[in-house]
Amino acid sequence: MSINSEYKPKIVAFCCNWCSYAGADLAGSNRLAYPENVKIIRVPCSCRVNPMFILRAFQRGADGVILCGCHPGDCHYTSGNYYTRRRMALLFSMLEYLGIEKERTRVEWVSAAEGAKFAATMNDFTQTVAALGENKRLEDLRCKR
Amino acid sequence: MQRIGVFVCWCGSNIAGTVDVKAVAEALRSEPGVVFSTDYQYMCSQAGQEIIKEAIKEHKLTGVVVCSCSPRMHEATFRKTAQAAGLNPYMVEIANIREQCSWIHKDMETGTQKAIILGRAAVAKVNLNAPLIPGQTPVTKRALVIGGGIAGIQTALDIAEAGFPVDIVEKKPTIGGKMAQIDKTFPTLDCAACILTPKMVDVAQNENIRIFSYSEVQEVKGFVGNFNVKIKKKARFVKEDVCTGCGICTEKCPQKKVPNEFNLGMDNRRAVYIPFAQAVPKVATIDADYCTMLKTGKCGLCAKVCTAGAIDYTQKDEIIEEQYGAIVAATGFNPISLDKFDEYAYNQSKDVITSLEFERLTNAAGPTAGKLLRPSDGKHPHTIVFVQCVGSRCAACADKGKEYCSKICCMYTAKHAMLTRDKYPDTDVYVFYIDVRTPGKNFDEFYRRAVEEYGVHYIKGMVGKVSPQGDKLMVQASDLLANKQLHIEADLVVLAAAIEPDKSARSIATMLTASMDTNDFFTEAHPKLRPVESPTAGVFLSGTCQGPKDIPETVSQASAAAAKVIGLLAKDKLTSNPCVAHADELMCNGCSSCANVCPYGAISYIDKEFRMPNRTTAIRRVASVNPAVCQGCGACTVACPSGAMDLNGFESAQIIAEVDAICR
Repeated sequence: MSINSEYKPKIVAFCCNWCSYAGADLAGSNRLAYPENVKIIRVPCSCRVNPMFILRAFQRGADGVILCGCHPGDCHYTSGNYYTRRRMALLFSMLEYLGIEKERTRVEWVSAAEGAKFAATMNDFTQTVAALGENKRLEDLRCKR
Repeated sequence: MQRIGVFVCWCGSNIAGTVDVKAVAEALRSEPGVVFSTDYQYMCSQAGQEIIKEAIKEHKLTGVVVCSCSPRMHEATFRKTAQAAGLNPYMVEIANIREQCSWIHKDMETGTQKAIILGRAAVAKVNLNAPLIPGQTPVTKRALVIGGGIAGIQTALDIAEAGFPVDIVEKKPTIGGKMAQIDKTFPTLDCAACILTPKMVDVAQNENIRIFSYSEVQEVKGFVGNFNVKIKKKARFVKEDVCTGCGICTEKCPQKKVPNEFNLGMDNRRAVYIPFAQAVPKVATIDADYCTMLKTGKCGLCAKVCTAGAIDYTQKDEIIEEQYGAIVAATGFNPISLDKFDEYAYNQSKDVITSLEFERLTNAAGPTAGKLLRPSDGKHPHTIVFVQCVGSRCAACADKGKEYCSKICCMYTAKHAMLTRDKYPDTDVYVFYIDVRTPGKNFDEFYRRAVEEYGVHYIKGMVGKVSPQGDKLMVQASDLLANKQLHIEADLVVLAAAIEPDKSARSIATMLTASMDTNDFFTEAHPKLRPVESPTAGVFLSGTCQGPKDIPETVSQASAAAAKVIGLLAKDKLTSNPCVAHADELMCNGCSSCANVCPYGAISYIDKEFRMPNRTTAIRRVASVNPAVCQGCGACTVACPSGAMDLNGFESAQIIAEVDAICR
């Protein structure tokens, strides 16, 4: 990476299969651009996301982690996103305590029909994280090649 | 160690336009486990699939990564391909380099780099994939149709015709829905009742169909092939099997001042009523909100006049439990409330009416016996103004209206205008429109007839204000083509109110775990290729609950939904999703955390004997997942404090491998 190149944060997005992943597909088929830094991992439900996965992402050098699920009340599995909401509220406040700014983590509800919201969310989140700069707090340099 | 084959699809120029597919195939060749890597124009084509099959055999592949479109599109296709070549279908992973990459990035270098990373994550995941064997579940050969309008009726008739039992649940006392309230249908002008009521009778007489009228779905549990549904049959205080529908009670009831919802409150009915003459089931219903006997215990006149002895004031709501293999949502639509549209004076003047009210005014069974009379004074109107797009196509008024086009208003307004001019040639008819939209068989011809043969004044422009003055309505509007303001002194103003999904649709969608869009219309599994299925397996969509549509479209969709249901019910067994949770018995300490969060009750506990190090045995309580009930959400995997729970196809190790590959 050359010194002059623009800083590109690494962003991991967990998307539930039923709403947000479909919303991302819709953003794609409508050609709604969002930064290439965002890489999506498909999970069946947002509640499949173990806090461990998020810690792992930060450990491996991610600069931001976003979690997308169905709107409250619309979960394909009835109540999965409620678990997510509670778990992430706890995890994010703990991460903040550890020095991971709360702007680096986010939970967002995106339905299968909200392609535009998906793209807008990713644009906004990437900008927010980019403004914070690189995340060094949890990164384990031993994992670097 | 896996032997992985990577197949990069060009998707014509869809992917190859912004992703250097050859570079992606080349870069992924050096990933751990990859023994073969290639690219092809269309991987999903016959020839593309052959390439995958041959590679699986030739290179003895144990895993496959296809870098292509979304797995929601072609995961099933490529799994079948792998299976045909003797590989376990769950050893296939898709890297979505079209929707998530080539379609949103413009620059070749960016696209290629991202595609490589997405491919790398998929390879990392496949390295940890294990073959999965789906289980089989039986199918309950009975369907449930929620809603008894024309959509529900057609779906039920088609399913019943194929020999499967169907239940219709309708919240009103009769089936028929909105079509029963309509006078004539466009573009043929045949009478709606004449074509609907024979179908209603067919439903009543069909041995395979049961009608639960005045009933609501209360609870839905289970999954495709095996839904357990609780239906609340509301007390109608009339024994359905005894009532003959003679209607004497509805004539004798002394409580005469109940707004008649079938005529949209434009006249009154009694407290005991049959909504309309051709109602099915033709059974009286007592409205508990108005019945003097039920409220005060004094009256009982209907029971006295009923020769059949059908009245039962002690009837209670009844809960019926039934099992179904498939469920069809046919919950229909309603015109939006016009309370917030003050500019049209809908709440100020009785002579400002909605199009549905106009239907009742022109219907022979309506409040005026089919004579077009003003609701305020019963006089014949000489100037009628129709206003289109009231609340439709209104992005600016999202607080009270809808952004979408309601689709049916242009055509029914042309119908109303034409019928008015036909029956009352002395009336002046104006139609104010934004655009006249007439796509459909014989639709434009129909609209042209209204303009050319019947002399309806079509004016491009919106009505700004309707103000009641004396017994007239002053309509202020703009004529955009002539570029001038118009003031019309009208006797009757008819508003083409936007249509919206029925209010009950939201709670039904929640019960069915079916998803909805921002307007509360049900979403389809795929907007183009699977338009009558919801993303939830075993739940199908029929009629306007999926989006605005007219009667012919509703009927076609209803039959299409029925065909899908028949296809499902014709199977004896369904293959279940093998991506379910499983517990590592050695790690499980039987704490119940997983069972507490499971939304399906799929986890139970068993006592299991374990051999201990000192040659003794111990009995420990461990979690056991019922794979037929588990739907694979993964809530338990996170709740488990000891890390004993994991999810097939989305194992923690696999997701972590993806995270690592992305962050590398």
